Amino acid sequence: MKQIPLLIFLLLAGFFAVVLFKGKDPALVESAMIGKPVPVFDLPPAIKGKKGFASRDLQGTPSIVNVFASWCVMCQLEQGILEEIGRAEHVPVYGLNYKDTPEKTAAWLKKYGDPYTAVGDDRKGRVATDWGVYGVPETFVVDARGFIRYKHIGAVTDGAYQKIFKPLLAELRK
Amino acid sequence: MRICFLFLLLMALSFSAAAVEPGEMLQDPALEARAREIGKNLRCLVCQGEAVDDSSSDFAKGLRLLVRDRLEAGDTDEAVVNFLRGRYGDFILLKPPVENKTLLLWLTPLLVLGAGLCAVFALVRRKT
Repeated sequence: MKQIPLLIFLLLAGFFAVVLFKGKDPALVESAMIGKPVPVFDLPPAIKGKKGFASRDLQGTPSIVNVFASWCVMCQLEQGILEEIGRAEHVPVYGLNYKDTPEKTAAWLKKYGDPYTAVGDDRKGRVATDWGVYGVPETFVVDARGFIRYKHIGAVTDGAYQKIFKPLLAELRK
Repeated sequence: MRICFLFLLLMALSFSAAAVEPGEMLQDPALEARAREIGKNLRCLVCQGEAVDDSSSDFAKGLRLLVRDRLEAGDTDEAVVNFLRGRYGDFILLKPPVENKTLLLWLTPLLVLGAGLCAVFALVRRKT
């Protein structure tokens, strides 16, 4: 009988320890959009010399949609890997330019690299909201039917490419 | 003691400040009131633990404007909330909906209360 408080304490401590070390990062919110078709949108071009894109462009072949902004520091880290994914996996990479201006975007793409097939201007962020975006960068994998299959939150790393994007894109190509 | 009481009184009288900016508010007070009611129950996903109405983050501001746009377009409160649930999932709601998978969550307080009552009865019976 006397050991009961101790037992309760150990049970609680164990529970907290498991969640602390093994639990999911609370900053990552699972997307409700997985398995749904991409929202209907039509974005104007964000920079001169490159097209914008619309929902219908995301059909026929698997594609990557990357939400980025020139004011987003983490976005600087993933331009190289996005370029590599586009090249190595033969998928179009679309840039959804979030709450940004054309001048800043153009300068930023020149400086950090431009992996995009087309860049759409989402100045008010409304299209991104339709995609369930709550921060930048976020990267979506869309299948050939135009359904969202995966969402990556934060910069895409080489590890994420090898572990997630590569097998998923290989599966989608079948 | 008196100071303590005064302090508690002040705390009880204080209101939580909403982060809704004057420029965001709707002309129609009834619509604005509905927007507040909705915003109070939406989770700001980038701040966590804070309501959309209480946060000055860009994300919360965007959602406040979106809620107001949809209300002005004639959406019902339920339609606005469902629109956001479809995009961000149930996590966007500060209060989780009562469903089969959340039943345990909602019943836990009752279960704990029941267990406490049982323990009290057992103790009282043993003493008498």
